[in-house]
Amino acid sequence: MTNTLVELKSIRKTFGNVVAVDSVNLSISRGEFVVLLGPSGSGKTTILSMLGGFMTPSAGQIFIEGADVTQVPPALRPTVTVFQDYALFPHMSVASNVSFGLAMRKVPKDVRARRAEQSLSLVGLEGFGDRAIDQLSGGQRQRVALARAIAVEPSVLLLDEPLGALDLNLRRQMQEELVRIQKQLGTTFVHVTHDQDEAMSIADTIVVLNHGKIEDNGSPDRIYLKPSSLFTATFMGESNILEGTITTAYNGNIQIATKLGDIEVAGEGSVGDVIRLSIRPEQIKIGVVKDDTGIALGSIEITEAVFQGSHRRCRGFAGPDQDMELLLRIPVENGIQSGDTVGIFVQPNDVVLLQD
Amino acid sequence: MSWLRQVPSGCYLALAFLFIYLPVVVLVLFSFQDGLLPVPPFQGPSLQWYERMFDNRRLMEALLNSIVVATLSSVAATLLGFFAAHTLARKNMRFSGAARYFLMAPITVSYLIIGMGLLVTFNLLGVSRSLFVVGIGHVIINLPLCFAIIYSQMGDHQKNIERAARDLGATDLQTLILVTAPIMRPALFAAFCIAATLSWDEFIIAFLLSRFDVTLPVTIFEMLRAGLTPEVNAAGTVVFAISITMVLIAILLSSRRKNSND
Repeated sequence: MTNTLVELKSIRKTFGNVVAVDSVNLSISRGEFVVLLGPSGSGKTTILSMLGGFMTPSAGQIFIEGADVTQVPPALRPTVTVFQDYALFPHMSVASNVSFGLAMRKVPKDVRARRAEQSLSLVGLEGFGDRAIDQLSGGQRQRVALARAIAVEPSVLLLDEPLGALDLNLRRQMQEELVRIQKQLGTTFVHVTHDQDEAMSIADTIVVLNHGKIEDNGSPDRIYLKPSSLFTATFMGESNILEGTITTAYNGNIQIATKLGDIEVAGEGSVGDVIRLSIRPEQIKIGVVKDDTGIALGSIEITEAVFQGSHRRCRGFAGPDQDMELLLRIPVENGIQSGDTVGIFVQPNDVVLLQD
Repeated sequence: MSWLRQVPSGCYLALAFLFIYLPVVVLVLFSFQDGLLPVPPFQGPSLQWYERMFDNRRLMEALLNSIVVATLSSVAATLLGFFAAHTLARKNMRFSGAARYFLMAPITVSYLIIGMGLLVTFNLLGVSRSLFVVGIGHVIINLPLCFAIIYSQMGDHQKNIERAARDLGATDLQTLILVTAPIMRPALFAAFCIAATLSWDEFIIAFLLSRFDVTLPVTIFEMLRAGLTPEVNAAGTVVFAISITMVLIAILLSSRRKNSND
């Protein structure tokens, strides 16, 4: 546990009758890039505000570097927040903005100037110190906000949807920069977003939130490929959800009767239970099963095929009664068209048993 | 002949301006009168009454008193209004709605009533009438206005800026001085200018609460009681000119600010 930097213990936050965050337990390691991901109203920003000290939890405790900071004001925490609207000081130069935190810490002027310039060059804005804030573009303001935060060398940097206001290209570029800066500094980053693509491209760990509760917590690969809940499976990109009843269970394997036939996967459960399976669209393959590892899912009649560059996004109806709608992503060289009827199969590893 | 259709509205506009500005024009015009009475026919122009006025020690003392009272009471009203507006806009307190209402309500009370109240209160407290007491009266009448002006400019978009300052280690006072006040500078300046103009012109409270040292409007009133002379016109013109100058400066600065924001 020596590597744990931040720990949330049974955190709860209510606003009147509304429960914004409900008994959240979370520990964050030193040097980790954590993304709190969830739709609006999932409680992710509330958690960030409580970490930063702008809100006090209704119940529970927050530890940073082993100290209970639950009641400690923002200024006395080893955290700095980068706000969604950047919250730069409009009447100060870029350099004064960046060195503000150091000035408050009574750092001598020459040291301040040097460290401000270092922070600015880290975010790619060397030589911008004398500019006024209203001379900067949105992306540059974002960088100044970041430089201002890292100048005081916090243990935890909190980022509240910092890329939300940028256009797509700039957002991609800033995502890469954030990862580079984070690895270079080794500072723990806690980043809030509702964009699952952003989360997957920057995070070491993704914490999926919904209705104030943690739905899932793990590496981006694991979260995407083996989501543990129905919510995660549908929120993290597109997915096909199959419902079925367990017909047999033995030796850590279960067989599930679904609309697409019997599917056997590794897992626990008792006969008669209704459970859900998730299959990613790109993992449903076209053709007949060649080896005995694949699971045949019958045939599908394609009703819609949209060319999307790297793949064709197809919809169709499968199953003996043609009543199970599936979403597929088929390689373009396959040349499939609307109206075709083809056989489909899936590898057992790609079928994910959802926990709830 | 389309210009003909604009004649009635043009006449109406001219009459309206005449109605508003005629008294001021007459006042200013007859301050340049070359004669003993500020009544038609106009003779001159002459600056003799201005010379008389600048040689009038009592008038010059009153002018200085007015400047001091206007400046100090407006600074106090602006500061108090700023603190009140900041607290009520930022802190979630019970009764903050009621507090806001009670802070602004005195706008509706007449200066005569406020002046009488102050007179009675200071009598009870054993504080004798003086310029200091006049200044307090001016803070009381200007505080609601200053509060209203500053409160209306306390936008939510500054909330995160203040949070950021505190997050970076600034105390509440440092945040207020280094961040909030500079951002609010246009509103603070507007509040100060309006308060200073009102204090500069104010007569009733200054009349009721002052004794030996008086402000310019009180002196002018006393001169008027002695009789009309062009010197009174000259003093009135100076009061008017300074008011107008302050308003113009305020408008100029606020419009330049707006342009630079575009």
